[in-house]
Amino acid sequence: MSLNQIFDIAGSGMSAQSIRLNTTASNIANAETASSSTGDVYRARKPVFAAVQQDAMRQAMGSDFLAETPESKGVTVKGIVESDAPLQMRYQPDHPQADERGYVYYPNVNVVEEMSDMMSASRGFQTNVEIMDAAKTMMQRLLTLGQ
Amino acid sequence: MTISFSKALGIHEQALELRTKRAEVLANNIANADTPGFKARDIDFRALLNEQKQGMSNSQSLKMATTNGKHLPTNSFDASSELLYRIPSQPSIDGNTVDTQTEKVEFMKNTLQYQSSFQFLNGRFKGMTNAIRGE
Repeated sequence: MSLNQIFDIAGSGMSAQSIRLNTTASNIANAETASSSTGDVYRARKPVFAAVQQDAMRQAMGSDFLAETPESKGVTVKGIVESDAPLQMRYQPDHPQADERGYVYYPNVNVVEEMSDMMSASRGFQTNVEIMDAAKTMMQRLLTLGQ
Repeated sequence: MTISFSKALGIHEQALELRTKRAEVLANNIANADTPGFKARDIDFRALLNEQKQGMSNSQSLKMATTNGKHLPTNSFDASSELLYRIPSQPSIDGNTVDTQTEKVEFMKNTLQYQSSFQFLNGRFKGMTNAIRGE
């Protein structure tokens, strides 16, 4: 039944967007986490989205009840990568975490970018909820067929 | 006299099935709205329905047996071969061609068309029930 798959697809979209929202929250919360060396500094984290290919899904389920179509079914988070953007170095000699030269290292989090990412993620989540709601209505109507 | 369901229900059964399939494809586009390199897809409803209609009108047509997974079906409903790529109006720099607004509009339109197909199909069933009851 294809309508059942819509729930899986929209659900995968919702979970991917919530992971994105989670990384955004983590980035914003740590935007001002100072550190005394470049190695310890928090780096902005970004999820990598990829389309779920059906073959992989079929393998995971161990059966081939899904239709044989080469299209993708839903979205998945392949991994979370740390940003390579340059870190912020601030000259704050009286900071408790300043190094011997008086520099403090701040994360490479761009708060404005994170905010727009947050809006995009929440809109994406909302759209997927609406799709799921529409699929639910379609399914409920189908149950009344012939009544 | 026997009631032939395929004749009584007409094209609406296939239409409903295609609408469901299309909803799935569009939902997938929306779920992948932020996936880099993802290409939005859609099905050509008219072409597929025509195919179905032809398959229905000559139901006596000879179908070749497919005994191996690599055999090509001669006359069957296979939406995957008809999955087309949408022409992007505003392609993004990461290679994604999903326009969430367009997809959402198409999805809502598809839902409404599904409901009308459903209504027609339901009407056929109601008609048949009335005929059986004879009220």
